[in-house]
Amino acid sequence: MKFSRKVLGIPYAVFLLLFVVAPLLVLFYYAFTNGDGQFTISNLTGFFTDPNALGTLCYSFALSFVTTLLCLFLAYPTAYFLATSKIKAKSVVIMIFVMPMWINFSLRITALKEILDAIEGNLSAYPFLNSVLGMTYDFLPFMILPIYNVIVKLPVSLTEAARDLGATPWRAFVHVTLPMSVPGIVSGVSMVFLPAMTNYVVLDMLYNSTYIMGSLIGSYFSNDNWNGGSMIALILLLIICLFTLFSNTLEADDSSVRGGALL
Amino acid sequence: MGNSENIIELKHITKSFEDGFAAVNDFNLEIKRGEFVTFLGPSGCGKTTTLRMIAGFETPSSGEILLNGEDISHLPPHIRPINTVFQRYALFPHMNIYENIAFGLKQKKTPKAEIKKQVKKVLELVDLEGFEHRNVSTLSGGQQQRVAIARALVNKPEILLLDEPLGALDLKMRKEMQLELKNMHRELGITFIYVTHDQEEALTMSDKIVVMSAGEIQQIGTPEDIYNEPKNTFVADFIGESNIFNGIMTGSMKARFAGGEFITVDDVKEGTQITAVIRPEDVQIVSPSEGQIKGIVSDVIFKGMHYEITVESGRYEMVIQSTKSATVGDQVGMKVEPDGIHIMIAEDHTNYFNVDMNRDHRLEYNGTILDTSLTKIIKGSKRNEDKQLVDANGEIIDPDKIRIIAAIEPGDIKMTDDAEEVLYRASSPA
Repeated sequence: MKFSRKVLGIPYAVFLLLFVVAPLLVLFYYAFTNGDGQFTISNLTGFFTDPNALGTLCYSFALSFVTTLLCLFLAYPTAYFLATSKIKAKSVVIMIFVMPMWINFSLRITALKEILDAIEGNLSAYPFLNSVLGMTYDFLPFMILPIYNVIVKLPVSLTEAARDLGATPWRAFVHVTLPMSVPGIVSGVSMVFLPAMTNYVVLDMLYNSTYIMGSLIGSYFSNDNWNGGSMIALILLLIICLFTLFSNTLEADDSSVRGGALL
Repeated sequence: MGNSENIIELKHITKSFEDGFAAVNDFNLEIKRGEFVTFLGPSGCGKTTTLRMIAGFETPSSGEILLNGEDISHLPPHIRPINTVFQRYALFPHMNIYENIAFGLKQKKTPKAEIKKQVKKVLELVDLEGFEHRNVSTLSGGQQQRVAIARALVNKPEILLLDEPLGALDLKMRKEMQLELKNMHRELGITFIYVTHDQEEALTMSDKIVVMSAGEIQQIGTPEDIYNEPKNTFVADFIGESNIFNGIMTGSMKARFAGGEFITVDDVKEGTQITAVIRPEDVQIVSPSEGQIKGIVSDVIFKGMHYEITVESGRYEMVIQSTKSATVGDQVGMKVEPDGIHIMIAEDHTNYFNVDMNRDHRLEYNGTILDTSLTKIIKGSKRNEDKQLVDANGEIIDPDKIRIIAAIEPGDIKMTDDAEEVLYRASSPA
């Protein structure tokens, strides 16, 4: 066989088949079969008729929504300041925000737990608040970085042009900087919103009884109900696909500003 | 208050940045209402910084910018009745053409119907009728440029600033836009301040050219003045092509340079050291006996409109533009009419050097210790018992924190054949 560049793609193709395509097929298989391997859609109908499961879905949405919003409110001003200021120690400040990502996750959450415990006395009294705080702490860097990446690449001349045309600093921000940083916001939101729906490890570690989609899937699997768990995982996958499609159409309007997309 | 004919006056404008770089130094300029003024100079000469101070993006370190007699140097850009066409257009990519142009009027809370009318009018002016709903990214460079001009002009600014607006266009497009900008300027009567490093563009378009170098104005004048009567060698060299020779006046209206004797129209005192500037198109190639100087043709390049011929004459080299070709290796004579020679009194040849203070608190240049009294240079300083230099408060002066510039007059340099023996005499520090 003649060597061509296509040959270089073989290892990756094998990897894709083994670790992406095959597991997806297995997921589909389990989702649409019962315990005896027979085709069924009862897993699907079961999910949408189970008030518990639907309740968990709604609760997860609410939790993710609040977490994402809080992350956005904390991250945008931070990213904006980092990207536009002329301070000399900029790399140090960025490091301070990125560093927690390098520290072991369970150590960070345990530390947070001790702090919350000391403040609240009884952790189980504020499950929703604690969940939001834990997730925000965990996911904040994923919101800051994509927004920072977009703002730092915005040409200064655009804000200058807005100011030159009579816009106050605030209006220049609202009409130029903010709309142009949408791709960063979209990618930050998708980095936070989706994991926040499933990352039940954070909640478990905070001795939290809160039940989210991740916990639900986990509970099915620990009861050896692979079929039900797979169906829920598939439903989440669909939600993620829809979300990504939506955010891609948002970004497509703005082909000139790239670099925010981490996904 | 200033002359009411002047729309804008810059008085003693100086700009140094935080890192100590002095971008503009003592800039003085008056611009009349309706003039087309060009700031011309190589990159880094301070022309863009000056423009940014007029627009309001930079604040002068000192000096005043008077707009209609009022100091605006500290007003934020959105209050100034001045608009800018940016180097890379800076159109808003998330808005269409209409929204881009309407942006300025919206800030002024102009009624919608009026905005619509104005945008339509200005799009006609720049020949882009019907482009309202196009996206910025679908336009060519030239079209984007027109939108940028329209976006600035729609606000009816008192002054339009243009920061190298044609730099990104190809040659043909650039020539077209030069003419169109010139026509727009004539029709609208708005004052244009134009920044470029392209001398041809400056000569074509301007009423007045400000030639800048290293943060300072070298010459202000009409294109004809700047081209025909350059004030110094920098201007002569930067504007057009020039043959520049050092020489001396040998009599009334007679000068000697480039190995020949020339009649001049400039009357300078006999014996004065001069610099002579001769434009390549002012030199005629004649037979060797007819010319004031002669030489050997060393190079001929075809340039389309003319030939560029280089002739070597002893130590000198003359570049000539001629419609007739010449043969490399031929001996030719060169003739220059008196009005083709521009005489400038030679510039002050004082040499300036950065010198360092070494660890022993002595001045050092290129490894040579200069015999100078540092206590006289640094006010209030004296030497302590260890011969270290201390300031008025008795604290030791850190050599790295001191910058000394030595000025050496040509007459003070003694020539010796032993390099080790060269004596430096540092005079008053700058």
